[in-house]
Amino acid sequence: MTMHSGAKRSLLIAIVVAVALAPLLEWIVKTHSGNYFNGYYLGVLIDIAINIILAVSLNLINGHTGQFSLGHAGFMAVGGYTAAKLTLSLQAAVPVWAQPILFSAALLLGGLAAAVIGLGVGAPSLRLRGDYLAIVTLGFGEIIRVVFQTTDFFGAATGLPAIANWTNFAWAWSLAAVTVFVVACLVNSTYGRGFIATHDDEVAASAMGVNPVRYKVTAFVIGAFFAGIAGGLFAHHKRFLSPTSFDFMKSIDIVVMVILGGMGRTPGVIAAAIILTVLPEALRTFAEYRMIVYSLLIIGLMILRPQGLFTIGKGRTAKV
Amino acid sequence: MKKLFWSFSLLATLLTGCGKQNDMIKVGEFASLTGKEATFGQSSHEGTSLAIEEINTAGGVLGKKLELLTEDTQSKAGEPATVVNKLISRDGVVAVLGEVASSRSLEAAPICQQNKIPMISPSSTNPKVTESGDYIFRVCFIDPFQGTVMANFATKTLKAKKIAVFTDAKSDYSKGLAKFFKDQFTANGGTITAELDYNGGDKDFKAQLTAIKATSPDGVFVPGYYTDVAIICIQAKQLGLNVPFFGGDGWESEKLVEIGKEAVEGTYFSTHYHSDVGSAKSKSFVANYKKRFNGKTPDALSACAYDSAFVLADAIKRAGSTEGLKVRDALAATKGLEAVTGTITINEKRDPVKAAVILKVENGKYKYLETVNP
Repeated sequence: MTMHSGAKRSLLIAIVVAVALAPLLEWIVKTHSGNYFNGYYLGVLIDIAINIILAVSLNLINGHTGQFSLGHAGFMAVGGYTAAKLTLSLQAAVPVWAQPILFSAALLLGGLAAAVIGLGVGAPSLRLRGDYLAIVTLGFGEIIRVVFQTTDFFGAATGLPAIANWTNFAWAWSLAAVTVFVVACLVNSTYGRGFIATHDDEVAASAMGVNPVRYKVTAFVIGAFFAGIAGGLFAHHKRFLSPTSFDFMKSIDIVVMVILGGMGRTPGVIAAAIILTVLPEALRTFAEYRMIVYSLLIIGLMILRPQGLFTIGKGRTAKV
Repeated sequence: MKKLFWSFSLLATLLTGCGKQNDMIKVGEFASLTGKEATFGQSSHEGTSLAIEEINTAGGVLGKKLELLTEDTQSKAGEPATVVNKLISRDGVVAVLGEVASSRSLEAAPICQQNKIPMISPSSTNPKVTESGDYIFRVCFIDPFQGTVMANFATKTLKAKKIAVFTDAKSDYSKGLAKFFKDQFTANGGTITAELDYNGGDKDFKAQLTAIKATSPDGVFVPGYYTDVAIICIQAKQLGLNVPFFGGDGWESEKLVEIGKEAVEGTYFSTHYHSDVGSAKSKSFVANYKKRFNGKTPDALSACAYDSAFVLADAIKRAGSTEGLKVRDALAATKGLEAVTGTITINEKRDPVKAAVILKVENGKYKYLETVNP
């Protein structure tokens, strides 16, 4: 009980800091732009928060529950398109003061849509294990992308332009904090031990009365829900959605964050999400060789820290 | 705490190396220097750099030199928004040049529009690009025109009655061009025998090509990009589909003949420009380009990119200022400007009114066939 109230306090502090920092950062961007902080850095900070949501939610599936999913970008696409479509069709009818309400409704709906699709994908495919599951989720991720690419309602290959620019620092980082909180509390709860049991040994877990399929589906649905939220934030941040943003490489990027951070270790995964967002930006000076340098750095990190960035909490029963 | 430490130390690395002030006019460019359409970005970048160098040797604009800042989009969606945001808010560019692919220009356009920074796309042909706002311009023709040109070419020059259309479902450019082609070709009394799709980046097109062959068309219109087109032509020859293949400006790349070899012989495509024809301006461009880039012949994309920088410099000169609104107004008033790819007059939709050329692939070279005026 004490641990939970402590976590709740950190969550509240994180949200308050994010909300308080947002107008300050925007003020700096407006008045002191170009010197030390500007719209580009603010954009990168928001990218970081979105990637933290994606990586931490995938960590619940891939890390804590030990199921190898390669379809996270697909769920992100579902959330992004759902939220964008909703705000695009309603924003003209909604007064300015109600915009945050519409935005939160859109994000929530995007998350729920992704969760429903996650349930549809997860329920049959999570009866598979390991490599087979990876291939099935990869396939589903691609199906989702192709559906958006060919549906005129969602802009087909053109994509959805002119989405409102509503994602700001406060939204992105508050939701990142909520994601970390929910995943951490879930895994550390009595119920959540089931995820780790499933991860450690499915046969032993089911012998102890834990239903592995149910836990796997739960992890999958919750992971998909947060991926959908991240998709909604992404849509209102980049202001343009194109099916090619959600291809298989995007899923791989998120998987790399989880593996680099250390499967099932939230602090490491958060650090990896930050590094893997900042690194490609910081390497822009290398121009054409940027992606080579980036890949070499990832290879280097993997060789030096194959167990993940942080190994704290390894000795404990719960890996947060 | 560790989390915070990481983020701050990394941010600090990012923050260093910015904020230098100098008396140059900064111009931003975003291009696909790497990735799937890398030759597009490379060609454009060479054209833009050459134009900037020439403008600077001639004394620059408003007594200042131009500085070109280039960012790579990796031919990927999601990147243009980030890099254009960087160019505008961190580097403080006065205008943005780019991109070739329409979908990536469409992504960057709202950001330029919001920041009131003029953007000139050198060769995005989808009509929607300049519809993004009144700060968005281009210096190439648009797909309805290109589609019409190729449909008339199929009817008149190829004397084709039945055409199959093979479209890249992933690309908005391809779908748009296919639509405008179909409209004009059927209006000309022709029939479309088959409409099939592929996904850009596919390697095996035999299933669709077999289906196309079964409808025995007089020609196949492939409004795609060169990487796919070259492979499509090779596999068509293997299947014995020996009818003319033709397409749009997405074919324009040295790589087309490099990959396609004899399979692309006798194909046709429409594009913006050919080095054999044109004004004194275009002849001197070809000469300078060859000198600057080790004897390389410029393609249409370098020519368009050269023109985009040239049109911008002209507008800044006429505006007498680098202020977004004034440059925008000057760009909108561009009239009768002698450029490499023809005479450029910007219309009320911020598109230029200019001609297209049709080329034929012959002996591994692009041979000029005809010019079509709007």
